[in-house]
Amino acid sequence: MQLTDRSKKTDKSEMTLLETLYLPEIARGMGITLKHFFMKKPTIRYPEQKRYLGPVFRGHHILKRDEQGRERCTACGLCAVACPAEAISMVAAERVKGEEHLYREEKYAAAYEINMLRCIFCGLCEEACPKEAVYLRHDKFVPVFTSREQVIYGKDQLVEDMNDRYERDAWTKEEMQKLWDKQK
Amino acid sequence: MENIAPQLIKVTIDGKEVQVPAGTSILEAARMIGPEVAPPAMCYYKPLKGTGGKCRACLVKVTAGSEKDPRPMPKLVASCITQAQDGMKVENYSSPEVIEARKGVVEFLLINHPLDCPVCDQAGECHLQDFSFEHGTGGTRFEEDRRTFEREDIGDKIQLHMNRCILCYRCVYTADQITNKRVHGVMNRGDHSEISTYISNAIDNDFSGNMIDVCPVGALTDKTYRFKNRVWFSKPVDAHCDCEKCSGKVTLWYRGEEVIRVTARKNQWGEVEEFICNTCRYDRKKTSDWTIEGPMKVARHSVISANKYSNKLVEKPSFALKYAAQNYKEVDDDRPYDKNLSEIKKSEDYKALMAKNEEFFSK
Ligand code: SF4
Ligand code: SF4
Ligand code: SF4
Ligand code: FES
Repeated sequence: MQLTDRSKKTDKSEMTLLETLYLPEIARGMGITLKHFFMKKPTIRYPEQKRYLGPVFRGHHILKRDEQGRERCTACGLCAVACPAEAISMVAAERVKGEEHLYREEKYAAAYEINMLRCIFCGLCEEACPKEAVYLRHDKFVPVFTSREQVIYGKDQLVEDMNDRYERDAWTKEEMQKLWDKQK
Repeated sequence: MENIAPQLIKVTIDGKEVQVPAGTSILEAARMIGPEVAPPAMCYYKPLKGTGGKCRACLVKVTAGSEKDPRPMPKLVASCITQAQDGMKVENYSSPEVIEARKGVVEFLLINHPLDCPVCDQAGECHLQDFSFEHGTGGTRFEEDRRTFEREDIGDKIQLHMNRCILCYRCVYTADQITNKRVHGVMNRGDHSEISTYISNAIDNDFSGNMIDVCPVGALTDKTYRFKNRVWFSKPVDAHCDCEKCSGKVTLWYRGEEVIRVTARKNQWGEVEEFICNTCRYDRKKTSDWTIEGPMKVARHSVISANKYSNKLVEKPSFALKYAAQNYKEVDDDRPYDKNLSEIKKSEDYKALMAKNEEFFSK
């Protein structure tokens, strides 16, 4: 039985006369090398060119807004208690009159912070959220940090921009499979 | 002289026998055996006289009325207001009928209850959450509009969210017990019932704050604590002080160094035995006002203990596992390449590989 298509049993028999001459084999080897000059290159030139990470990739967090642009998060703290890395913290505040267009519920997160150095991108916060507010984007990495100040992401980096809304491509395994097939 | 020692009677609950003084309710008898047979209670509150019989959470089945008359009772009875009889046999968790009936009770309690938990300050220490999680079903069949009320201030320190009220009457009994003037009660009937006060005599009694603690849900909440923190992020410690009005035994809830809330202490059944005064509750919010006794004892499976104790100490709540088992979905997770592992194991390559690394694998 073969493990892969490429596996070959190691040949330990005596070399034939042609093989002991070496030169023909070297020419054959050079031939293979040359052939690769003309083959399609699998390398992707990151960062100019980016590979599709798949619809279920767990990347940068986002705090969604609803259709009317109001923040969905109500600072219930379930994401923070679900987080195994204890990366999330928040401060709640009460919505006052005149802020109904900003926040969906009578309570909202006045501050919401994720420590990206702690986060392990497990997605449990997304799963815990009862308000469908926090998601991990499939299309964006958390960039490399160069100093500790950049590690804590506040609401300014997390809340969705209404002019550039985030949509997930696929929610189920079947939808995802279709997308992958299209990619190929 | 007659024998004055209280007469002891024998009750069997879920197959466990217990001796209790005559006149004890079935619920109290069950609590003497322990939490594994004690029925849940949403309205009964031992320290308040007259409570019970409102919510039907504590329904049990009596399979034998007493020694003298061993006929079963025809209907499920509310255990908090039914007295135990000598030789009575009761089924609680062992009766499928009771378990089924409780699902119905949960559904009724939730008919008009809002899905407010993410906003509600009671979440995490709410008896209704526990009750519906442990005894209810996952879904709802109610499609009509829920009744809604505006939220209301009772005095300047208590907020009433009538939407969340389950009409257990505990607060009414508290008000009756601490004052002789009736300032708080239930108005209207049936679906329209609501807890209310005569605003002019707004509650100024020194012990009015205890209504917050007796409320099993988030209907009566502390305004000074409103949205300050979720209970599971605060750190509860027991403390006391010399108070001329009350026992001074309280629980302080900390966020960092700051006391964000003061409540009375609750026993195993979530009942406050010693009421505290409003001065202790609202005005003593500095650590220096108190003598700290140590961390409050939190049930291991409570969300309040989340992230505070190491894994080994935390007992996983059984209802969560039950819920997970109930909703288990088969996931198609197979990978075509490891389907024929047994065939792979038979192959030459595999054997060669294992032979080469024998030393490593045998370790
Ligand atoms: S992805 Fe996981 S580790 Fe990161 S914030 Fe969410 S729950 Fe915490
Ligand atoms: S993101 Fe979701 S889970 Fe987290 S606090 Fe907001 S509403 Fe709650
Ligand atoms: S009272 Fe309890 S069940 Fe009702 S919204 Fe508040 S936490 Fe949730
Ligand atoms: S606790 Fe018995 S009826 Fe409510």
